Parts: sequence; C-alpha cells; structure tokens
Amino acid sequence: MFKQIMKDKYASAALIILVIMYLMVLFADFIAPYSKDFADRNQSYAPPSKVFVIDENGRFSRPYTYNYKREYIPELYQTVYTLDRSQKYYINLFNRGEEYKFLGVFKTSRHLFGVENSGRLYILGTDINGRDVFSRLLFGGRISLTIGFLSLFILFPIGLIYGGISGYFGGVVDMLMMRFAEAVMAIPSFYLLIILAAILPSNMTSTQRFTLIVVILALIGWSGFARVVRGMVLSIKNEEFVLAAKTIGASRLRIILKHILPQTSSYVIIAMTLSVPSYILAESGLSFLGLGIQQPDASWGNMLKEAQEYINILYRPWLLTPGFLIFIAVLSFNLIGDTIRDILDPKGQIRE
Amino acid sequence: MNILKYILKRIVQVIPLLFIVSIISFFIIRLSPIDPLAELRLNPSISQETLQKETQRLGLDKPIPVQYVKWASAFVKGDLGITSSGEKVSDKLKERIPNTLLLTSIVIFMTWIVGIPLGILGAMFHKSQFDRLLTIFSSIGMAIPSFFFAILLLIFAVKTSLFPVGGLTSFDFDEMSLGGKVLDLARHLVLPVTVLFTISLAGLQRQMRANMLEVMESDYVKFARAKGLSEFKVIFKHALRNALNPMITLLGFEFAGLLSGAALTEYVFQYPGLGRLILEAVMKSDINLVMASLMMGSIMLVLGNLIADILLIITDPRIRN
Repeated sequence: MFKQIMKDKYASAALIILVIMYLMVLFADFIAPYSKDFADRNQSYAPPSKVFVIDENGRFSRPYTYNYKREYIPELYQTVYTLDRSQKYYINLFNRGEEYKFLGVFKTSRHLFGVENSGRLYILGTDINGRDVFSRLLFGGRISLTIGFLSLFILFPIGLIYGGISGYFGGVVDMLMMRFAEAVMAIPSFYLLIILAAILPSNMTSTQRFTLIVVILALIGWSGFARVVRGMVLSIKNEEFVLAAKTIGASRLRIILKHILPQTSSYVIIAMTLSVPSYILAESGLSFLGLGIQQPDASWGNMLKEAQEYINILYRPWLLTPGFLIFIAVLSFNLIGDTIRDILDPKGQIRE
Repeated sequence: MNILKYILKRIVQVIPLLFIVSIISFFIIRLSPIDPLAELRLNPSISQETLQKETQRLGLDKPIPVQYVKWASAFVKGDLGITSSGEKVSDKLKERIPNTLLLTSIVIFMTWIVGIPLGILGAMFHKSQFDRLLTIFSSIGMAIPSFFFAILLLIFAVKTSLFPVGGLTSFDFDEMSLGGKVLDLARHLVLPVTVLFTISLAGLQRQMRANMLEVMESDYVKFARAKGLSEFKVIFKHALRNALNPMITLLGFEFAGLLSGAALTEYVFQYPGLGRLILEAVMKSDINLVMASLMMGSIMLVLGNLIADILLIITDPRIRN
C-alpha cells in the first residue's frame, strides 16, 4: 500500500509533510529554542526576531539578531518594540540553552539553534505572556496531532464490538442497541462535546484533563461507526464460513471477534484515516473555546484563542500560525485518506 | 395511501427516539458535579421566592428519576424554567432558534444551488484539468477549520470595513425601512454564510461527483448512450435523477453538521444563534438553558432527518414498496 500511496503526487507530498510534522513534534525539545513554559514577561507580543546576514558594513556575516526593546509611547497609547542595536547575538547551531531530557532518555542542554542566554530569538514572535510562539507550536503539536489518534483507538474497538454484537444477535438486542446509538447520533455532536467538556472538574492535572478529553472525543463518534459495522455484520453473518464456525461449536463471542469483525477491516482502515482530521478539528475547536486543553499547556487550538481579539489579528498576525498548521495537517490527512480509500475500495462499494 | 402510511410510521418512530435523547442528556447533566442553581443563588436580583419555585419545579429535593419525570412533563408543556439571569428560557430560545434556522437554510440552499451543478460538472469532465481544480478546491474547503476561516474573514472585514462585524442587526435596525432592514440583515449574514457555505460546499460537491460517477457506470446509462440519446439527455434525464437520491439522505446529515459547525462560527462572529446560546450557557453552567437548547438542537436535527426521509419517499418510488 505504501508504494501505491507514493505513486500519487498529492498523497506522497501529504505523507512527507506529515512525517516531517510528526518528527518535528517528536523532537520538539531539541528543535525548539525554548521550553513551552519559558516566558519573558518583558517581551509580551514581541514581533518575530529580525535575522541579519549582512552586517552594518555591508559584508556577509554569520546570521545574527538583535533583541527587542519595549517602549511605551504615551502619545500613541501604544507599546512599540524597537531593535536594540547595542548588542549583536549570533545564532548558534547546537546552542546551549535550558536543560531537558532528550526523548526522555538522557539529559542535555543542546538545542538545534538559538542565541546566547541574554539574547532572545523568536522566529514567530511571542504571545501575551512573552512565550516563544515557535517553540509552543512544536509542543502544542504533540497534543493536537496525537489526541485524535488516541481517541480513535478507544472509539474503534467500542464501535466494532457494539456494532458486532448488535448485528450478530439481531432481534430485541439489536433494536435496543440501535435505538440507543441513534439517540446519541441525534444530539448535535458539537453541543454534546462542549457539554461533556464543560462538566469536567476544573481542578484536574493536565494529564488527567488530556486523558478525559480523549475519552470525550471518543464518546462522540462511536455511534455512527457502530451503525455501519452493524450493517456490514448483518450481511456477513449468513455467509458459509460463519455457519462452518457455528457447526464446529465456536462460541458466539469468538465468531464475532475472530470470524466476522476481521471482514470489516478495509472499511475500518478507510474510516480511521478519514476521521483523524475531524478529531484534530474537534480538539482544536474545543481548545479554541477554552474547554479543551488549558493553559499553560499548549495546543494549536488554545494558541489560536488569543487570535480572537481584533487588535491581535490586525497587529500580531504571527498569532495565526497555529491555524495554518491545523489546516495543513488536516489537508494532508484528507489527501492520504482519499488515496487509501481508492486503493482499498476501488469500486466505491463501501458506503458511509 | 402507501406514502402517507410510511410517513406516519416515520413520524411515530421519532417519539421514542426523542425520549431516549432526553434521558441521555438529562443524566449527563444531572450526574455532573454542577449545582443547577449555583448561578441563580449568586445573582442578587433573584429573589428567594423564585429560587424556591425553581427548586420545587426541578424537584431537586427528590431522587433523580422523579426529577426527570418532573422536568420532562414541564418540558412537554413548554415550561422550560428560567435562565441564570432570570429570563424565561423559552423566550430566549424563541429569539435564537429562528436566527440559526435562517443561517442554516440560506447555507443549505446556496450549497445545493452551487454544489450540485459543480458535482455534475466534475463527473462530466472526470479527470480533466477542470475536475482536478475542483477537487483541489474542495480538499482545501474541507480542511480549513471553520473558526480559523472565520477569523481570517474577520481580519478582512475589519481591514476593509466592507462588512459589519458581529451581531445580526445594526443598532438602528428598528428605525430602518423594510428594504433597509433586509439589506442590513444581508450585510450581517454575508460573513457567517461565507464560512459555512465554503465548508459544506466542499463536502457536497465531492459527494455529488462521486454519486454521478457511480451512476454513469451503470447499465441503464450505458443503454441510454447506446440508444443514441444526446449526452445532455443521458445526463439530465437518466443519470441525474438517480444520483440525486442519496443527496437527499445527505441533506439530513448536512443539517446536523451545520448545527454543530455553526456553533463555532456563531461564536467568532458573535451571531445570536442557538449554537452561541448553548456555548454561553455551558460556560455559565446555566443548566436550564443548556438542557433546553440541547433538546431543541436534537429536535431540530431529528426533524431535519425526518424531512429528508419524507422527501426521499416522494422522489424515490423504490422505497415505498
């Protein structure tokens, strides 16, 4: 399948982009010049650092940057950042910065790039608390790009087993189970999502919150999936190999798990790749509203929250970068999902 | 008569469905650790008497199943209680639901007008440069997060000041003439409609294109071609009618998607719709309002699906038998 994906121009580009994104997120500690909590209170909403390669004498030089000086201009009622040209800060590769554990294994303080301790390098500016947006994008990506996957790994087993049981047993069991699933589907999903997120107690640690958001996202999507699985089980359960298993004396659970459900695998793969993006969007929407991942943790959705204010979007466009990343990630997943569907289901037999 | 019977059957099926929905939503909210009257208690303008009345109305001193019965019977009678700021919930809903319906019906109408022809064109010129372009655009439309798109449009609106930002009407709406009122509404609707339109258009165009492609492969279309009918007749008389049927089922889903999608868009544009109402209610933990708008949202969704089903019966004779 991998070869077939690489044959498609768009899908292979999307796959490469996603691999780069996940690698960057995985090595966030190393690539980001700062940690996600590093804050310089004097540099709130500082614009992106200017990087120079030609020095004041017009000669090429190693890339360097200047720090920003914050001044309040009373006549304009504005805070203005100007370059403090008194001191140059050269950008160093493998710069020594804050200490962290590389991939959780060994301690180091080398970062891919950065400037000396007293200098500041913000390639995408800073947020209201003076935290580096670029670094937080990388750490936020860890949450935004994984939360959807984790939910899917809860949702799909539930949907498979629920749909499997409902379809195989039939009769009253089927009717009751399906009415319940339909009722869950009848509640507008986003309304349910915000309500479930809002009743979470506020005194949780960020890990607990993350886990519960994963569970909530899973609770939203299982019903539609279970219904499709049930439909497929209904048509599979009268096939001869099921009858054969019955005659041998296999238990009903074994028949469902071992004989029937594996038949739905291509649908499951298609549905999974196609639904990753909607979970990324759901998480970011939730965090954007302030109901998902909370500060000081970063996620692309909650970083965009600051872009809700007019002043910010007009004068601080770098705060919009998380939105573009969500867009690129979702687009890439969609392109790959489409291609996988074309490969596994060339005739479009599987209908959602 | 067959049709009427089927429609009646579908309508009757809705009632148990809504009953289960109400149980699910009631228990989610009541079992949560939120005191339903916390906001009311803190609000100094709410008298002790009103508080007592609410406690009694909700049966908060009684076990949960009793509370459910009390709440449900009051709901059926149209008594939805009061919000945390002391207004009647039913008034609040009456004010917001039409706005959301206005927004979603404009969007659905526009996506059908534009999306169906684009889907047909995509299928007619399958794999051409034009079809590629449409596919790329629809991929982009499907990937852009609604709230992000809304923010981008806000920047545009603020920078050019072509469109008003926020709300549904200007402050001097009441003094305008009828034409002025319509114009004012339209100007306020442009941005939220654009956001939702772009996103649902993408999905609809793709679906229509896929349906058309499938139908074009079928034997009866091949036969129609073999008969020597013009391409125009083949497509519009034979293929299109069959490709449209699945779209009608999709109409119900589209409505559901719009209800959910509209919530974020309404939030960014400060549009006074049901989605923003439920968001505000959730944030203030205004339980009465949350329960009522959740139920209204579900009812609207179920009715949307019902209408789609009934339309399908009318257009597709195969289902009637």
